Amino acid sequence: MRAGKVLFKMAKYDTVIGLETHLQLSTETKIFCGCGNVFGDPPNSRVCPVCLGHPGSLPVLNRKAFEYAIKVALALGCGVQRTVKFDRKNYYYPDLPKNYQISQYDMPIAYDGKIKITLPGGVHKVIGITRAHLEEDAGKLLHDIPGPSSYVDLNRTGTPLLEIVSEPDISSPEEAYLYLVELKRLIRYLGVSDCNMEEGSLRCDANISLKPAGAAVLGSKVEIKNLNSFKAVREALNFEVARQTEALDEGEAIPQETRLWHEEQRVTISMRTKEEAQDYRYFPDPDLVPFEVSSGVIESVRETLPELPASKQERFLGQYGLGEKDIELLISDIDLADFFEKTVKIFSDPQVVCNWVKGEVMMHLKEQGESIESLGLSPQTLAEIIQMASSGRISGLSAKSVLKEVIGTGRSAEDIVRERSLEQVSDKGELEGIVDSVIADNQKSVNDFRSGKEAAIGFLVGQVMKKTSGKANPKVAGEMLRKRII
Amino acid sequence: MIERTSDKKITRDTVRYVADLARISLGEEETDIFREHLEQILKYVEQLEEVDTENVIPTTHVLSSMKNIFREDIPAPSISPEEALSNAPDKADGFFKVPRVIKER
Ligand SMILES: [Zn+2]
Repeated sequence: MRAGKVLFKMAKYDTVIGLETHLQLSTETKIFCGCGNVFGDPPNSRVCPVCLGHPGSLPVLNRKAFEYAIKVALALGCGVQRTVKFDRKNYYYPDLPKNYQISQYDMPIAYDGKIKITLPGGVHKVIGITRAHLEEDAGKLLHDIPGPSSYVDLNRTGTPLLEIVSEPDISSPEEAYLYLVELKRLIRYLGVSDCNMEEGSLRCDANISLKPAGAAVLGSKVEIKNLNSFKAVREALNFEVARQTEALDEGEAIPQETRLWHEEQRVTISMRTKEEAQDYRYFPDPDLVPFEVSSGVIESVRETLPELPASKQERFLGQYGLGEKDIELLISDIDLADFFEKTVKIFSDPQVVCNWVKGEVMMHLKEQGESIESLGLSPQTLAEIIQMASSGRISGLSAKSVLKEVIGTGRSAEDIVRERSLEQVSDKGELEGIVDSVIADNQKSVNDFRSGKEAAIGFLVGQVMKKTSGKANPKVAGEMLRKRII
Repeated sequence: MIERTSDKKITRDTVRYVADLARISLGEEETDIFREHLEQILKYVEQLEEVDTENVIPTTHVLSSMKNIFREDIPAPSISPEEALSNAPDKADGFFKVPRVIKER
């Protein structure tokens, strides 16, 4: 660390970042009506008078969405508002058929929480959560450029959203990235959202300003939108730090504005909208009566909280005796942690299972870029393959190739082993003749080994493998060779 | 956003601003009429300021006895895209069709 420190000059500016994250809650139905909360249906097929904003229709709050919000609040260590109301946020845009969004203004369901991130080097930092509130999502627009029209699909309208607002406690693009990774991990543990940025179930806007190092007054805030991945968040913020540093060095003022991240050009671009301050004219929505959150409700939601990452880490440490790095990887995602534990229940050597998970399974996960569920690999199958390899029935190399084929084709491991005749010959009687002929044909290596050249045994094993077209169990062959030569 | 003047006078600019927010276009004469109306309404509501509300929790809903109205998370049928679009002034391929809302880059 000391050597590294010399490389860093005192930064001229402090970076101040706050993140606003929108989570789509994975309820069965929308927040205020019974339409299905699903992604990818034909346009305007998941709509009803409520989410279309027809006059005379009335919204009724989805109990599950409300409980999910409280669940997140508790996991983030937030206070839970005891009287909850909803407000109308008024604006005109075709993705919002009522011309207002039902949201929460001055009494968000959750307030004053925190997220702990771990910086490189193992230092912990606490990022404050200002608030989290429930609201309804808007519809989706498609634009026909350069044609004269936009097209509106209102399926998404009314999807339950939880907006989580961080304090401006984030001091670098890397911290912003770590905050999102930690938030996503926590939300996935809670099972209240699948946090899929591609499908838009997790969306993030970033606010960033620079100020002279140590100064008390904040610089002008620039909001960045259109961030499609955690990496894009980090990259866009890095771009902004560089852009704003250069401007400040030149003595230019940073205008307060909204900028869009341009994915292809990897730059942020000013939206250049009319500089008219938004006036949302929030007021309580008379269509929704208030909600009282009793201690009983909070406690019953608290009981549904799963084991959270910190407790899981501690338990894994005690229960499986794995190294910290291994545990960190296993608990980075709830599905991965569950997959590991289910596999260990069947093949009860945690370190061996862990090695397979962090090696082969992670490799396939990264290649496919999807969830462990979508790999089509069950804990039973992984345990079966590990068992085959550790009993010597198939070689370690074959086991890896069987795993790959299982993932690619969904066929059973047993079938693959049979069909490709991957079983090793471990039977000493079967190998005897071959071992003898290898010894007879390779006297030089045999003598080398006798005179202490340990490496010579490898060559001899290789010869046995060659004669058996790779079928011999190399461990058994090695043992037999040693016995015979000495 | 427009600062409210201290004597609660509504100016013609305020009327134009509010009309613009509501996407209503007003003629000169209408602007004058609504300026007067709005001012009268505000004056009327202003009487509330005489009440001491120091220790009163803001009313967010008039149905004070009604609260905690939920629905369970159980799907109900949606309407068909044809039905959903039946009142639309313009539509295409299952979408509502509106004048384009973003500029060309
Ligand atoms: Zn609906």
